[in-house]
Amino acid sequence: MPWLIELLKAIGLAVVIFTFLAVVAAMLGVYLERKISGWIQARLGPKHIGPQGLLQTVADTVKLLQKEHITPRHADALIFNVAPVIVAVAALLDWVVIPFGKLGDRVLVVRDINIGVLYFAAMSSVIVIGIIAGGWSSNNKYALLGGLRSASQMISYEIPLALGILWAAMVAGTLSTVGIVDAQVRQGSWFMFKLPSPIGWFGLPFGILASLTFLTAATAEVNRVPFDLPEAESELVAGYFAEYTGMRFALFQLGEYGEMFGMAAVATIMFFGGWTEPHLQPYMWLLVTLGCLVVAAVILTTGLRQTLLVRPILMLAGLGLLLSLVMFFGTRAGLSQVLPSLMWFLAKMFALVFFLMWMRWTYPRLRLDQLLTLSWKVLLPLGLLNLLATGFVLTVWGR
Amino acid sequence: MGELAAFMILSLVTLIPAVVVVTSSNIVRAALSLVPTFLGVTGLYVMLQAEFVAGIQVLIYAGAITVLILFVIMLTEGGTGVRTRQLNDQVPLGAMAAVWLAFVLIVIFTRTGWPTAAGVLPAYNVVAVGNAFLSDYVLIFEVTSVVLLVSLVGAIVIARRED
Amino acid sequence: MQVGLTSYLIVAALLFCLGLYGVLTRRNAVAILMGIELMLNAANINLVAFNRFVAPAAVAGQVFALVIITLAACEAAVGLALVMAAYRSLETIQVDEINLMKW
Repeated sequence: MPWLIELLKAIGLAVVIFTFLAVVAAMLGVYLERKISGWIQARLGPKHIGPQGLLQTVADTVKLLQKEHITPRHADALIFNVAPVIVAVAALLDWVVIPFGKLGDRVLVVRDINIGVLYFAAMSSVIVIGIIAGGWSSNNKYALLGGLRSASQMISYEIPLALGILWAAMVAGTLSTVGIVDAQVRQGSWFMFKLPSPIGWFGLPFGILASLTFLTAATAEVNRVPFDLPEAESELVAGYFAEYTGMRFALFQLGEYGEMFGMAAVATIMFFGGWTEPHLQPYMWLLVTLGCLVVAAVILTTGLRQTLLVRPILMLAGLGLLLSLVMFFGTRAGLSQVLPSLMWFLAKMFALVFFLMWMRWTYPRLRLDQLLTLSWKVLLPLGLLNLLATGFVLTVWGR
Repeated sequence: MGELAAFMILSLVTLIPAVVVVTSSNIVRAALSLVPTFLGVTGLYVMLQAEFVAGIQVLIYAGAITVLILFVIMLTEGGTGVRTRQLNDQVPLGAMAAVWLAFVLIVIFTRTGWPTAAGVLPAYNVVAVGNAFLSDYVLIFEVTSVVLLVSLVGAIVIARRED
Repeated sequence: MQVGLTSYLIVAALLFCLGLYGVLTRRNAVAILMGIELMLNAANINLVAFNRFVAPAAVAGQVFALVIITLAACEAAVGLALVMAAYRSLETIQVDEINLMKW
């Protein structure tokens, strides 16, 4: 029966995606966040559990799993238990449309739905319901306030998010995620830098504005600093998940981290070319190699050798050196695809996640009215104007 | 056979939470049951090959209108009103009217010979709907935009606090 | 049994009648609005089903369904704003207690 096979395939792919998210996003993501936060704050992150602290998240998960399962007495038990499931499942469902790379001729995506990025935006808006349900059913006024604040923040920022998605869909001509990457392949460059052919580099301001609007809205959607007032530990006692213990708390966190990685993945697809390789001339890769060598030399010889940043920056410089040497020789040899596309997609996604984590320790937390002002009075008009201007430019000078 | 199973499951996911919406005495539970109803309707749209409408249904109904209803429940007496009587005196009459209307509609639907046409919807119906909005139905499109603006301004003015 | 036009119409009819029951028998104004949303969804299912089975060459049913979704959102926004304004001055939103023309 063909439908049974399809159902089993769907379940199998769902398990693969969940494993990827649980291992990469949750475990590696939390570990990276703690390490990077530590380095930015001039301290070392977790170091003891496992080599270089790599098993820290495993230890944390085991700790969370063995915690007591508390349901507050007058809480609505059904909704209290269902709320984290809604958040986690909606965040995981986002990953169905994200293409990870290209293996030969076949794109590695669970399902390339024709309305890919619209589906992504729709699943992000289902998360809000889980948050309100969690906040209300905890029977706790701080949780309720936190839930309502978080929900109002998330629905306010859905509009600039959707406008960023609309921009990319308009330039690409399709809502499907694979279609958007293919449009960038056809154009030969990423949407952030160039618009389709007659316009070329004049599209740079539109692309940068659209990607910055999208990334700001994405940071607010996942309740990260500088937009994490609803979860501020110092003000609202962790907000809408104040009453959640153990695995249900972990499900909320899984949903949030999965959503953050999902936003980074969709941003790489829409603005940074997805799984495509940057097509630079061989001499540009040689310049990148030289740059990495200069950075390593500066760190090793000057007084910066005494700071904590030595090891991570040396590691990054070494990786950059290796990468650009491989690319240099590969493009000199005339290969069309030097490194696997999955590796490029993951590298770009992690670079964006690093950017999001870096923003966390750079800006102070915005107050609720400043946050809502930013969304309604700054990002919404900018997004609309960008859409209008890009549409005008595309119609008059483009296809 | 797979299509029949999918249709049955989606209809149950649509109708059973709808019963909870109209009969539950806990109004927050009723509002949260709207979500599986809307998601079931989304599934029915996907089965009818209208995926753009399905995407918009999740984005607007499950994502925005449900949140709006929950907000208004929290801001009015709903958070504490779970103990007041939720059904009024018209329950027997209302039930009779609803059952009678359902009976009449189902009899009409099953007895009419619908002129079904064999054909396939356009494959990528976002493009088809977009073209239709800007060519055949452009007046509806423009008037809907004006209605959206008017209702946005109106809702803000009505709900604003008077100080 | 084949899944045809009448199956979708029956589901839509049942959903419509559930919404009607909700509108007729609930006391809370927001619950009445929820019943109205169910009725609008039932009408949308009908439109999209007719588009798919009776007139598949055009997308008129889907266009109409999209317009209805948009107008339902507008109507929910204005209706709920009215409920909030009423609650502020009348202190109640149970519709059978709002029975005086002037407060």
